[in-house]
Amino acid sequence: MTEPLTDQPYSELGLEEEEYLRIRAVLGRRPTATELAMYAVMWSEHCSYKSSRVHLRRLAATARPGAPLLAGMGDNAGVVDVGGGLAVTFKVESHNHPSFVEPYQGAATGVGGIVRDILAMGARPVAVMDSLRFGPADAPDTARVLPGVVGGVAGYGNCLGLPNIGGEVGFDPSYAGNPLVNALCLGVLRHEQLQRAAATGEGNAVVLLGAKTGRDGIGGVSVLASATFVGEEGGAGRGVGRAQLPSVQVGDPFTEKVLVECCLELFAGDLVVGVQDLGGAGLTCALSETSAAGGVGMRVALERVPLREASMAPHEVLVSESQERMLAVVRPAAVAEVLDVCSRWGVPATVVGEVTATERLIVTWHGKTVCDVPPASLADEGPVYERPLSRPADQDLLVADEPTARRLPRPRTGAELQATLLRMLASPELCARSWVTDQYDRYVRGNTALAQPEDAGVVRLDEDSGLGVALALDGNGRFARLDPYAGTQLALAEAWRNVAVTGARPLAVTDCLNFGSPEDPAVMWQFAEAVRGLADGCAALEVPVTGGNVSFYNSTGATAINPTPVVGVLGVLDDVTRRTPMGFATEGETLLLLGATGEEFGGSAWAHVEHGHLGGRPPRVDLAAERLLAQLLFVGSRDGLLSAAHDLSEGGLAQALVESCLRGGRGARVVLPAELDPFVALFAESAARVVVAVAPAAEPRFIGLCVARGVPVTRLGVVGGDALDVEGILRVPLTELRAAYEGTLPGLFG
Amino acid sequence: MPSRVGVVTFPGSLDDVDAQRAVATAGGEPVPLWHGDADLRGVDAVVLPGGFSYGDYLRCGAIARFSPVMGAVSDAARAGMPVLGICNGFQILCESHLLPGALTRNAGLHFVCRDQRLRIENSGTAWTSAYAPGQQIVVPLKSGEGRYVADARTLRELDDAGRVVARYLDSNPNGSLGDIAGVSNAAGNVVGVMPHPEHAIDRLTGPSTDGLGFFASLLAAVVAA
Repeated sequence: MTEPLTDQPYSELGLEEEEYLRIRAVLGRRPTATELAMYAVMWSEHCSYKSSRVHLRRLAATARPGAPLLAGMGDNAGVVDVGGGLAVTFKVESHNHPSFVEPYQGAATGVGGIVRDILAMGARPVAVMDSLRFGPADAPDTARVLPGVVGGVAGYGNCLGLPNIGGEVGFDPSYAGNPLVNALCLGVLRHEQLQRAAATGEGNAVVLLGAKTGRDGIGGVSVLASATFVGEEGGAGRGVGRAQLPSVQVGDPFTEKVLVECCLELFAGDLVVGVQDLGGAGLTCALSETSAAGGVGMRVALERVPLREASMAPHEVLVSESQERMLAVVRPAAVAEVLDVCSRWGVPATVVGEVTATERLIVTWHGKTVCDVPPASLADEGPVYERPLSRPADQDLLVADEPTARRLPRPRTGAELQATLLRMLASPELCARSWVTDQYDRYVRGNTALAQPEDAGVVRLDEDSGLGVALALDGNGRFARLDPYAGTQLALAEAWRNVAVTGARPLAVTDCLNFGSPEDPAVMWQFAEAVRGLADGCAALEVPVTGGNVSFYNSTGATAINPTPVVGVLGVLDDVTRRTPMGFATEGETLLLLGATGEEFGGSAWAHVEHGHLGGRPPRVDLAAERLLAQLLFVGSRDGLLSAAHDLSEGGLAQALVESCLRGGRGARVVLPAELDPFVALFAESAARVVVAVAPAAEPRFIGLCVARGVPVTRLGVVGGDALDVEGILRVPLTELRAAYEGTLPGLFG
Repeated sequence: MPSRVGVVTFPGSLDDVDAQRAVATAGGEPVPLWHGDADLRGVDAVVLPGGFSYGDYLRCGAIARFSPVMGAVSDAARAGMPVLGICNGFQILCESHLLPGALTRNAGLHFVCRDQRLRIENSGTAWTSAYAPGQQIVVPLKSGEGRYVADARTLRELDDAGRVVARYLDSNPNGSLGDIAGVSNAAGNVVGVMPHPEHAIDRLTGPSTDGLGFFASLLAAVVAA
């Protein structure tokens, strides 16, 4: 292992000097070039969570004893017991920087990566969702990024045969140079099928499954995901730009599809003792994590790895992020059968090494040792930073800038309110997302009971019992900018409510925390507040965080994105046929507003769309009220009292009424509560509110339930007609509402 | 004994489980068939399901047509066995020359997933006899390469012989010539449709139960034969 004693390029690989010195201390010598490349990727922010780890302990603490978890934070994805011998696993991950550099492949491989995480738990992937944020809808670069990202999500997910059941699309100038692409996958497994990403058993074979390894995605986690964008075309130093194109991986969904089917057959035959997906940091990550988790070592003959390009150097093979690969640990007696199954599916499979008892990860290249390190030093013992934090200098000014009636003129007359409604409805902020979601297959596998634009996606897990799950994914960067603690709880509350309106019992949480640079104390303050908010919120709602993802360095130059924690909530439905949809479909049903409305416009869609304003405080968080509301909606669904339910969030009551009318194809006649200013009643964004439709016969009983539980209930009116008619204020035919709502994105993107 | 209906799984088939469920819901016995086996396992009919066979990186269906199972399916189809191709299955039937024409990239260039209204133009085929002539149905359409094209003479022949099985109503979703959503062979035993009847068999998971008619038609035809 002698190499010339020149300076080693640790800085170019993304390592700090103290980190480099630490590697030398761990090894007691200079690292080889290969080892240095391996530490650089494993100790990157993306893989090591070095800036977030001290904060994330708060989230791990939400999984209390007795929580229905078979696996939690630290595993590839959390696994939740849903009864009937079944478990589900779900997780959301970011692929932000690759999606800016190469939108189609960046988004496609984001989907592919999260699907393999779910597969690695032993689960069959059964649905995907995505949370997308772009710059202004009419910005030239959005016309480049958005169609590519949507095409990538569609191209990969559709070809993989996974229904896309929901998510979000958002626009804000803060994402103009740094879009957010967060992909979620849901999987289902029988309890006994749970797989662990641990290598055990001296002499067991280490088998690489799937695609050949190429030069794509080299440095994806270190150079691309763990540094800030410097600007349009990239530049020198640690910043990244479009010049990093070769760091983006290229996806092949067909290979992933057969890899999924092949792995499921291997799991069903009990042919593997451990399995891990290859994602960020590629083979290095999979080899070191499985060895470290099993407390073993490995000896790997790297030249056996099938390559796309014969000229690849060993460090390139070890850090390549080529997609559609899995690593399996297999008993020697089962190797032949594993290779048979792989051959039947046309999946290349190669024994590349074996498990040893040495607790050393030894990699050779044509007989020469290129790596000999303790695997835990790569996987678990990376640096941990307690980064400085400080409240942003402009935070007080921002919060003081309340959207009062004096500061922002409000519509007063009926005509003004109607014009406001139509403008907001047609704004990119609130308009229909069907241009995006109609490119996603929501039907495949035949178990989708609800999908976008419904509040949550609902998937049937068991055809005999009707057991199913509901999933929602929500975030609001503007609320989080005004108050990261409350903003994160509002994201949690909205996802919780979106699951509850379907009639599901919320059970578990995943998160994707998108922030600027952790080296900026203001960003680190936002992050710490967000994590604290999520941890406290989950404790109050008694749901565990089961896993998630942190994405830092979402900045362009010195400007960070709005802090954007995206929260996913999973709920369970004992019988999916009981699900409550959002559309008003039956003439003559009663409309009720549940929850209390206050004059809350800080960070609202109205302030943004009508005034381009961001200031004040976000809506008040009331998790006790959210909890009561969810219980009420669960009972209402179980007892068949609810015909429709729709959560109130961005755009307030006005937006919710329009969406439910258009979804169900019926109008509504509404009388606003006399005690509220009509503008406040229509557009305020107070949390813990839902509008429901109930059959007249069910009304007394349902109102009785509301009163008994202390949920504020207001009779709004009835379903019917072909217009949204708010008495004395506005009346707009559904055809006109539909034209305003549905025309915007097709007009922008073709 | 229920009729045995084979459902072929190619690598990359996606709606095979859905087609099996639809067969079972209609009262038939679904029989899984594997692309690499030329053996049809004694089935009475075959469904080629939707998906991306072999990834469809070449022309859709262009590789699948050469699979061992397709040799057996083609022989059986020419001998009169009912064969239904849905979406990718329709593309495979065209590539196999069991049906005329071809499916090309959607006019809008985007994948389109929507609940689509259709009119059943020919209720005389093995797969559409349960429908009334001219019946309107709603089933999901979900495809990126669903634009049916053929030369003018072929289109005229299809029209004249009543071999257009279904047409798109409302707006044409993909630019198909003549709004064609499905066609049959001359004998009426081989049918290809771009929309997905197997996804409209249950109100819980589809927009309607209108798609069941395809499978009910088949079972009636097989019992009668």
